[in-house]
Amino acid sequence: MSTVITPRTGTRLVKEALAQMLKGGVIMDVVNAEQAKIAEEAGAVAVMALERVPADIRADGGVARMSDPELIIQIIESVSIPVMAKARIGHFVEAQILESLGVDCVDESEVLTPADEEFHIDKNAFTIPFVCGAKNLGEALRRIGEGAAMMRTKGEAGTGDVVEAVRHARAILGEIRKLTAMPKEELMSYAKNIGAPYELIVKVAAEGKLPVVNFAAGGIATPADAALMMQLGVDGVFVGSGIFKSGNPMQRAQAIVKATTFYKDPEVLAKVSRNLGEAMVGRNCRDLAPAETLASRGW
Amino acid sequence: MIVGVLALQGDFAEHINMLTACGVKAVAVRYAAELDGLDGLIIPGGESTAVDKLTDDGSAPIFSAIKEKITQQQLPVYGTCMGSIFLAKDIEGSRQGRLAVMDVKVKRNAFGPQRRSFETDLAIAALGEEPFPAVFIRAPLITECGLGVEILARLNEGIVMARQSNLLVTAFHPEITGDLRVHRYFLDMVEGHKRLC
Repeated sequence: MSTVITPRTGTRLVKEALAQMLKGGVIMDVVNAEQAKIAEEAGAVAVMALERVPADIRADGGVARMSDPELIIQIIESVSIPVMAKARIGHFVEAQILESLGVDCVDESEVLTPADEEFHIDKNAFTIPFVCGAKNLGEALRRIGEGAAMMRTKGEAGTGDVVEAVRHARAILGEIRKLTAMPKEELMSYAKNIGAPYELIVKVAAEGKLPVVNFAAGGIATPADAALMMQLGVDGVFVGSGIFKSGNPMQRAQAIVKATTFYKDPEVLAKVSRNLGEAMVGRNCRDLAPAETLASRGW
Repeated sequence: MIVGVLALQGDFAEHINMLTACGVKAVAVRYAAELDGLDGLIIPGGESTAVDKLTDDGSAPIFSAIKEKITQQQLPVYGTCMGSIFLAKDIEGSRQGRLAVMDVKVKRNAFGPQRRSFETDLAIAALGEEPFPAVFIRAPLITECGLGVEILARLNEGIVMARQSNLLVTAFHPEITGDLRVHRYFLDMVEGHKRLC
C-alpha cells in the first residue's frame, strides 16, 4: 500500500489548484504581522504582503517596491493561511526573492511602480503561482499565456471606489459571453483584435469561463461591494486599503468575509453591514488625473 | 440520490461537477436547513481557519447540524483536505473549531509552503490497480488514527486516505483531476447507507 513518492512540484495543475482552494474567500492586504493576524482572525483565506497599502502609496508618492523580506518572513511566521506578496510588473528578481522566502503566490502588481514598461514576468519559469491584474479579456489571456495561475480585475486600487473593478469584471465576463456565441471562423480574428493567444481564445469559447480562477480587486471597501462583485460572477475578492484604512478593521474584515460567502442573501448582507463605523475615505475615480491611475500600468 | 457539497468557501463547484459526472444530483449547501433530505455530504478543499470563522457565531450554525446528522443518523461525509481537518478529532497545535467525529489526528500544512505542493501517482488498492493522480495543495497528513479507522492510502510514512464507518477523508484533491474513482467509492458508501435506512 505504501507508495514511492515521485512528487511533481510547480506544475500548471498544482499552481492553479492553490487558487481554486481560495475561491469564495477574501484576500486581504497587510503591511505587517500584526495586520496579518487580524486578517486571519477575521476569516481571510490568504493575506497579501506589501510595503504600503495602495491608499498610502497614492498619498505618499515615490517608487513603490516589493516589501522588506524581513516583514514578509514575520508575516509568514505569524499566520497559517497562505501568504502572497507583490512584485513590480516585470521585476522577475523581486519575484525570485519572494519565491525563495517561501511565499505561496506572487502578485505581479500594477499597484507597485512598474520595473518594465514593455515586458511582464515569464511566470512559467517559477514553481509558485502568480496572480495578475487585467482590465479586459485580452489582457487576462496574455497574462495566462505568460503563466499566470490566477487572475483578478485591476480596478483602481487605493480609491475605495468600486466603479473600475465593476467595469473590468463586466468587460472580462461580457467578452467571454460574446465568445461563447461566436462561430469558429471568427475566433482567429477576435484573437488578433484583442491581442490574445488563439489557443486560449478557443478554450474560453468552448468552456465559457477563464481557464483560471478570477477574483475582483481594486476599490472594494464595503460588504456590499464584495457581494456586488460576487454577483457579477467573480470567484472571490481582494480587499486592499478598504480594511486597514477604515475605522474598525476587524469588524469590517469579518463583515466582508461573510458578505463574500452569503453574497446572494440580502438579509445577511444587511445584518453584517450595520454599524461598521467609518469606511475608508475614498477618492472618486473620475477625479484622478491620468497619471494617477494605476490600472493603466501594464498592458 | 442527492449529495450536498458544503459551499461556504473553497472548491465546492469542482466537487459538484464530479458528482454530476457520476450521474448524481449535487447541491450546494450554505444553510443548516439545506442538509435535510441529503443522502451524503462532501466538505471540500479550502481554508479551514476561514471556514471556521464563518460557522462560529451563529450566522451559519451549520456545523452543529452536520455533527448531529453524523452522530445520530450516520450521514456519510467525505472530506477533502480542509474537509479532513474538520472531521478529525485532533488537529496538531491548533484549537480551531472542528466536528471531531473521526478518530484521527491531522497535521495541517504538513508539507510546507506552496512551492512544496505537488502531484503524484498514488497506489490505492481500494480503487483498483491503476495509480490515482493525487494533487496535494498545502496538504495535511493524518499522523495517528484509532482502531476503527481503515487506512486506504499512504504516502511515505503519512496517511493520506482513510475511512471510519461512513466517514471518508483524503489529504489530496480528486475533484480537480477528472478521475471519478474516489467520488464513486464515496457514492458506494452513500448507496450502502441508503439501503440500510
